[in-house]
Amino acid sequence: MKRAIITVVGKDTVGIIAKVCTYLSEANVNVLDISQTIVGGYFNMMMIVDVSAAGIEFSTLSDELSEVGKGIGCVIRIQLEDIFDMMHRI
Amino acid sequence: MISRLEIQETNSMIEKMNLDVRTITLGISLLDCIDSDLNRLNEKIYEKITRLAGNLVATGEEIAKEYGIPVVNKRISVTPIGLIGASACKCEDDFVSIAKTLDKAGKAVGINFIGGYSALVSKGMTRSEELLLRSIPKALAETDVVCSSVNVGSTRTGINMDAVRLMGQVIRQTAEKTASLDSIGCAKLVVFCNAPDDNPFMAGAFHGVTEADAVINVGVSGPGVVKKALEQARGKDFEFLCETIKKTAFKITRVGQLVAKRASEMLNVPFGIVDLSLAPTPAIGDSVAEILQEIGLEHPGAPGTTAALALLNDQVKKGGIMASSYVGGLSGAFIPVSEDQGMIDAVLAGCLTLEKLEAMTCVCSVGLDMIAIPGDTSAETLSGIIADEMAIGMINQKTTAVRLIPVIGKTVGDRAEFGGLLGYAPIMPVNGFGCADFINRKGRIPAPVHSFKN
Repeated sequence: MKRAIITVVGKDTVGIIAKVCTYLSEANVNVLDISQTIVGGYFNMMMIVDVSAAGIEFSTLSDELSEVGKGIGCVIRIQLEDIFDMMHRI
Repeated sequence: MISRLEIQETNSMIEKMNLDVRTITLGISLLDCIDSDLNRLNEKIYEKITRLAGNLVATGEEIAKEYGIPVVNKRISVTPIGLIGASACKCEDDFVSIAKTLDKAGKAVGINFIGGYSALVSKGMTRSEELLLRSIPKALAETDVVCSSVNVGSTRTGINMDAVRLMGQVIRQTAEKTASLDSIGCAKLVVFCNAPDDNPFMAGAFHGVTEADAVINVGVSGPGVVKKALEQARGKDFEFLCETIKKTAFKITRVGQLVAKRASEMLNVPFGIVDLSLAPTPAIGDSVAEILQEIGLEHPGAPGTTAALALLNDQVKKGGIMASSYVGGLSGAFIPVSEDQGMIDAVLAGCLTLEKLEAMTCVCSVGLDMIAIPGDTSAETLSGIIADEMAIGMINQKTTAVRLIPVIGKTVGDRAEFGGLLGYAPIMPVNGFGCADFINRKGRIPAPVHSFKN
């Protein structure tokens, strides 16, 4: 399993999760966990996903997700989980 | 499981506090390129660099995508050319031809800088090393990405004052040859005492002869992250202050370790070291000076600066050393003037002088770095400043360096513009009293005694 973290931040609107999940499903990326809050009208979502079966390169996934984000007024990042593990776990 | 807060912390370090991987530097040994025929030597150097570093830039960019962290520079360091060119180079221009080959190879693979136009002459100079030193002004003026460094002293050997005298002249000539660009050639030239073999930072990177055929060294940076973390330590005691720096340095260095391992895996080149240095840039909030201010100084240069910097440097090392399996290079806080807006402000406010900077170099990781001085500074004065800085390194068993820029045609009150990461700098006054009789003595300063420390 190759886990990555997706963060979505932006102004809340209808269909953010739907758009992101539709894209992930088309890219064959499995969602393992989602948590989401809205603070002061701002949408903030964190997803843990498995990219090991994704049909495309990680860099393409990253570029396309940020394009999806632009379409819905959000900033979407995907990062391999290792960077957080390294920084916060000994 | 990683929590939302931890993810937010990491990402705000990257997005808001300028956390980045400052450089992935691929060290390449050129020892197997040595040839007595200059053309063949140049061909072999070009072939080896482009073969080994062909994927370096793409790899750096891919890693940046994978982890969502900028990898600002991709660089190459090579074996000191003073050794590599020894059998083929009969004149200064022969050495310049190697500089041009390095420049061409570096541009072909798309890297920012290539270091190693260097000579290690801490005890004596061979004829070819002297030729290399004399060729530096032309080599730096006629290339774009080549960086040069010369090690003129060490704790074990003392200081080669013949080389110190010559480097004063070399710096002046380099300044004159690049006078139209505010003497920028000097920004690519460092004089060292106790130069490390595995430093990934420019302009002083070279691939030491003790190193393997190729190696990946990574420099991380994040003065902005330390500054932000210290905002919580306002008014708190030294224990809290030091713990905060240590924890932050640990987190920053872990990212460097991750990136270094990944780059090593992708390029199939062994991982060498992570350099823990806090390296500032001219960007707002990416400043070592601001950390010193957060510790409690009005400006760097105020009384207390040396102590604050000593504390900072030591805590960065303590936090970083546990975070990486191999630490090396320069590892500490850099205090360049032109690359740090807070340092520039301190100079403009009249708080920071060359003499105070010299004192600060006794406790930080490098030395007098990126300091613009009047263009009419004599070669002897430059050599005198170099000798002082080398003596600090020699006696204190640490790396020290000098990267001074005598800006031709400018004087105190003017400003030199270097652009990009090199920034801009106000011209700082230099003590004008003479030292020519001292500098013109021949020979070397003997190695210091290693006991009776006071």
